[in-house]
Amino acid sequence: MAKRIGIENSLAVAEAVKLARAEVIAAYPITPQTHIVEELSQIVANGELEAEFIPVESEHSAMSAAIGASAAGARVYTATASQGLALMHEILFIASSLRLPIVMTVANRSLSGPISIWNDHSDVMAERDMGWIQVFGENGQEVFDLTIMAFRIAEDKRVLLPVAVNMDGFILTHMIESIEIEEQEKIDKFLPPYKPVLRLDPAHPISMGPVGVPEIYAEAKKQQEVALLESKAVIKEVFKEWAEQFGRAYNLIETNGPEQAEVVFITMGSLGETVMSALDLINVQGDKARQVRIRLWRPFPEEELLAALEGAKKVIVIDRAVSFGTSYGPVAGEIRSMLYKLKEQPEVYNFICGLGGRDVTRQEFKQMYELAEQGQYKDKYLIWGVREND
Amino acid sequence: MNYPSWRTLELGAAITTPGNAAELKTGDWRTEFPVLDEEKCVKCGLCAIYCPEFCIHEDDTGYFRADLYYCKGCGICVHECPKDALTMQLEEK
Repeated sequence: MAKRIGIENSLAVAEAVKLARAEVIAAYPITPQTHIVEELSQIVANGELEAEFIPVESEHSAMSAAIGASAAGARVYTATASQGLALMHEILFIASSLRLPIVMTVANRSLSGPISIWNDHSDVMAERDMGWIQVFGENGQEVFDLTIMAFRIAEDKRVLLPVAVNMDGFILTHMIESIEIEEQEKIDKFLPPYKPVLRLDPAHPISMGPVGVPEIYAEAKKQQEVALLESKAVIKEVFKEWAEQFGRAYNLIETNGPEQAEVVFITMGSLGETVMSALDLINVQGDKARQVRIRLWRPFPEEELLAALEGAKKVIVIDRAVSFGTSYGPVAGEIRSMLYKLKEQPEVYNFICGLGGRDVTRQEFKQMYELAEQGQYKDKYLIWGVREND
Repeated sequence: MNYPSWRTLELGAAITTPGNAAELKTGDWRTEFPVLDEEKCVKCGLCAIYCPEFCIHEDDTGYFRADLYYCKGCGICVHECPKDALTMQLEEK
């Protein structure tokens, strides 16, 4: 039987990596990801997991070592946040273009400067075009489940792409939750050992990462893009199988609240649960608002979102990062461009909030709803809660 | 050389046939090619030693000749020939 225990979410992620039987872990500690790799290094040192733990000298090296190990055919895990993810930048693109199924936790934290160790999504938004599958967890159990599923999705022969599992720094990483830790036997059945299609093997030499002359480069990019887009079907399959085996069902996006409500909140990450609670306040006066939580960010679940937004008159998109020098935050920009495909487009209200770890309460979501109701900030964005006066 | 489509391109553009760089026709890159004047040539082989592409080889008659499949037309052989036996000629198609 799976056991339900009170555990810090970071430690639960480490437990998930152990259950997934990762063979190589290459990581550099950075707040708020530290507890995950700290715990994993102990698990490996204790002999509880037969893996190579590589304590590298930087995140650039972490991702480089992960790529080397994955190319050699190992199941590889790493984790990082903020500046660490930024330092990985050039290597992240190599992992996806080499089609290596590395799994990485991103404990989302603001990018400097000013220096901030707290949570928002500016780190991953700066890397959103890296060609990885990108999912967002909303609570500890979800991140535990997604971490194990991430290996299964990444290693599927129809996918072969790295997966980033995002979890909000501190808000999720340092929270103690009641989590069901699944049995090793069941996880082994769900996640068989990784069998690479191509790997570095002296007996059968191949070259990975050669120069792509102009006659090849575009074909390589198309191949990669098609693999990422088509991974959506595999992700759905894996979510379904997980639900069958472990009883927790996941979709690419989740909806909540009265279907007939014409105002729709869209969130990604842990704020979805605050909105869930805010809906109770807003809907006291009737079926006013509902919500959509995006779990899969890349590939972008356009079809599912368009279906979920049917009947919406006003869409309130919550962003956790500024996309400097353009209109809208990264999520709202995507949503707006998607809505252009509809004949009747709902109004878009974009609130960029929770920057650098600032709390966003359910009362504030109610205020956002009220602004949208009054038509304020229609088709505009607002950096939420900024002091205008001393 | 036939290039694969995005469907048949190896996963992640990997090269699964070791040594296939030998098939790459670098001769396509050149605008001029070296021509040998056998009257002046003393068969010293300095051109072959200096050739950065290693595409100059001695033939049955003892003369050193560039393999034009690979010769990129850099002209180093012409520059190094102590007898001025090599000249560059414009490639015309």
